Amino acid sequence: MDSPQAVNGMESRARWKYLDSILSTKSPYADPDYIPGEDVITFLESSRVLVIGAGGLGCEILKNLALSGFKDIHVIDMDTIDVSNLNRQFLFRQSDVGKSKAEVAAAFVESRVPGVKITPYNGKIQDKDEDYYMQFKLVICGLDSIEARRWINSTLVSMVDMEEPESLKPLIDGGTEGFKGQARVILPTVSSCIECQLSMHAPRAAVPLCTLASIPRQPQHCIEWAHIIAWDEQRKGDVLDTDDPEHITWLYKTALDRAKQFNIPGVTYSMTQGVVKNIIPAIASTNAIIAAACCNEAFKIATSCAPYLENYMLYTGDSDASGLYTYTFAAEKKDDCPVCGNLAQTIRIDPDMTLGEFIASLAERAEAQLKKPSLRTESTSLYYQAPKQLEEQTRPNLEKKMRDLLTDGEEVAVSDQALAIDFRYKLVFER
Amino acid sequence: MTATATTPPPIHAPTAKEKKYDRQLRLWAASGQQALEESHVLLVIAGNGDVCSGSSVAGVETLKNLVLPSIGNFTIADSAKVTEADLGINFFLTSQSLGQSRAEECKQLLEELNPDVQGHAITTPLSDLLQDPSHLRPYNLIILCAPLPQEQRRIFCEHAQQYSVSLIHVQSAGFYSSFSIQLPSVFPIVDTHPDPDSIQDLRLLSPWPELLAEAKALDDLDKLEDHDHGHVPYALILLYYLEKWKQNNEGKAPDTFKDKTQFRDMVRAAARTDNAEGGEENFDEAAAAVLKTVAPFSIKSGCREMFEKDSCKVINKDSASFWIIAAAIKSFYETHGVLPLPGSLPDMKAKSADYIKLQNIYKSKARKDVAEVAQSVRSMEKKFSRKDVILDGEIEAFCKNAAHVKVLEGSLLPQLRIENGDVQTRKTMLKELQNTETLLPILLAFENGSRSQLDDMIANNGKIDFEALNNQFAEVERVGGRELHNISSVTGGMVAQEAIKIITRQYVPVDNTCIFDGIGGTTLVLKL
Ligand SMILES: [Zn+2]
Repeated sequence: MDSPQAVNGMESRARWKYLDSILSTKSPYADPDYIPGEDVITFLESSRVLVIGAGGLGCEILKNLALSGFKDIHVIDMDTIDVSNLNRQFLFRQSDVGKSKAEVAAAFVESRVPGVKITPYNGKIQDKDEDYYMQFKLVICGLDSIEARRWINSTLVSMVDMEEPESLKPLIDGGTEGFKGQARVILPTVSSCIECQLSMHAPRAAVPLCTLASIPRQPQHCIEWAHIIAWDEQRKGDVLDTDDPEHITWLYKTALDRAKQFNIPGVTYSMTQGVVKNIIPAIASTNAIIAAACCNEAFKIATSCAPYLENYMLYTGDSDASGLYTYTFAAEKKDDCPVCGNLAQTIRIDPDMTLGEFIASLAERAEAQLKKPSLRTESTSLYYQAPKQLEEQTRPNLEKKMRDLLTDGEEVAVSDQALAIDFRYKLVFER
Repeated sequence: MTATATTPPPIHAPTAKEKKYDRQLRLWAASGQQALEESHVLLVIAGNGDVCSGSSVAGVETLKNLVLPSIGNFTIADSAKVTEADLGINFFLTSQSLGQSRAEECKQLLEELNPDVQGHAITTPLSDLLQDPSHLRPYNLIILCAPLPQEQRRIFCEHAQQYSVSLIHVQSAGFYSSFSIQLPSVFPIVDTHPDPDSIQDLRLLSPWPELLAEAKALDDLDKLEDHDHGHVPYALILLYYLEKWKQNNEGKAPDTFKDKTQFRDMVRAAARTDNAEGGEENFDEAAAAVLKTVAPFSIKSGCREMFEKDSCKVINKDSASFWIIAAAIKSFYETHGVLPLPGSLPDMKAKSADYIKLQNIYKSKARKDVAEVAQSVRSMEKKFSRKDVILDGEIEAFCKNAAHVKVLEGSLLPQLRIENGDVQTRKTMLKELQNTETLLPILLAFENGSRSQLDDMIANNGKIDFEALNNQFAEVERVGGRELHNISSVTGGMVAQEAIKIITRQYVPVDNTCIFDGIGGTTLVLKL
């Protein structure tokens, strides 16, 4: 790797006057062994970091890292710029709509902050292997997808080699919703990981199908009906594209008709879009808070100039009691974490439920959230989503009761193609 | 949680503007957006350049977070020229900005973020601007980046008090930051966006005749067919069994915790279990709702405090429309012992038609209550010959949110009260300093020269953690007013959230001080 001096070229340090000054004195909170000064600055500049996501959080993160003394930044994002991004993703302009987020964001920050190198990758995190992730000092995530978070988390956990301290890549993760957000620091295998904390981010309970089909009461029930039931029945063969205005308009009208039939008020186009695309409100200010909180942790970890967050900060900006509050705490590492623990997780089930019902329940269980799981026991394959032949072969099991497939307390291995790891569950019969 | 827009015409494809601002309109709706677009924010930076960046980055980052959601206008008052050190912390400057006006350069690069927003720059020294404070009239929110010379800070604050304009005082240095908000002396908020779980108001212990009739119409629950029995809405189940309970308890509703658990068991026992599911969802919902909904009506402190204010008790021809409605609601409360019914019904297991019927019973009662409040509003308008008629929509919104309305009372910026040696402020600080994890010393360390005042105040106080206090002072001193971009960016986000709350009059702003510690990752909110 180039030495920081070479990256800098002839550029003077005058630009970094404030940063240099803060890194050249010692905080009362710094570790007693910490030595401030040039070595710290050199180390910071040579730290290669990865940013996952170049959206609302990612734009802020890139700006913040560039202005924190990091010089070698990589960014991954598979998305292109949409007009609804412009209210917060401040590195993009109207004329950028349709272009790659990672590329536009990288070019913008590089041109604004001379001497910083930003390498974009327009694609999926799953395209990259362990060798790729091994080159970074740390990883910062600004994602809205739980699945991608779980994937990078399990990848970083599995990369840790106890003999090689360098293989441990701190993961800093941010997320927002409306006026709220969270920032967390994860030391894979050492501290609580994303998977350990999964049940804190439980998915919203789905509306029962029978409510949608026969007794809708809310406008959302009518929209879900149009989305889940009517579309498949009435537009057989059309693949629903939630970005296609014609498709949304169709769903909206269909939902509106159904609502009229049941005298349910309140279906709107905007609500239809919100329900169907699962839109989460997002604003610039919350992204700014969370992204900068994450980069502040990256800065402290890379320089050791002050202690880092242990390990979770929850920010609530819409409290009607106090205006705002933060809740900072140490989330616990779980022995039965399917990713970083070594014990199987216990799940209690009704032995009379079918395998098919059990698989469906795995999507909603807070501690699992698996959408397309394949299951096997030590001795047999219970159900495989793929390949086709194996799927056909195991499909009859879906109708069978759990008690006929397993013994009480038996362990099953569960894998989901969206995630990089096998989960172990111990299934205990209830009732 | 998400604001409901008014029902659009049958086919209402979103406009270009609605598309661009979709993710925020779901929070503060068109009314909040309009308030943002009509506002003009002034950012004041004391350009004193070389060692200290004067919290300028926290200020500019705040503006970024306001320009993106489309504030109408912003003005930066800053007489400094751009230095190289600015380029290392401020994203809204380029190498070409060196030596130019910092206000002009930032203004230009911020404007690029959103063509809907107008920026302005004032580059003359603050002393010129303040020669005639009437120059401050166009702004409806003033943000001061600290440190500012004390006399100048005082002029801004006094102007803001005089004209009932909100002001935010921001400081960011090293890993610490703080902001304090000076609100107008009366700052009412109707749309406080309470937690959706806390807004249920079913009035099960004070049902009105139509609601009670609906429960009575069930006749004998035990005689219902299984399917019907499993679809009675839980609100009616509870009303039905409350009547039974009262028959056995001298007409009294369950009151103590013990009563309520017994009542809950009674409801639970009434569920039919001889079916495939081994129970009934609606009865589960009913049992789960007992503790929360079987309770006498009570008003929250925010509402009670509002009723106690003189502005609410004494209405005259100059009363603001807020207080006229508040007074009307107060008289409603005094007459009926309850607030106007909000009229929303949570989702519950039920057949569609039964649910809609029940929903309409709640809605029409709410409309009736609004009409009664409106009538007393109109009679006050007439009594005082007011020209401006209060809109029905305003009365309706107030009635709907009445239980959660808040009136905040702003007073002079705490930093000025500290400077004045205000006794009450000192008392509050002394109490706060005894909390082991307090961050208050950071704010005091930010205020130049307050250490000696502090030492006087806390001398020999055994309850104070002097080590923590000294460390916070030492850290502030160490960084000497130099900003870290990350901390200023966190702060700019927090201050922008507060600015949005103040401008839209939605959500509840911090009252009045917040301190952020980027080392521990914590905040302290306190009323100084
Ligand atoms: Zn874990």
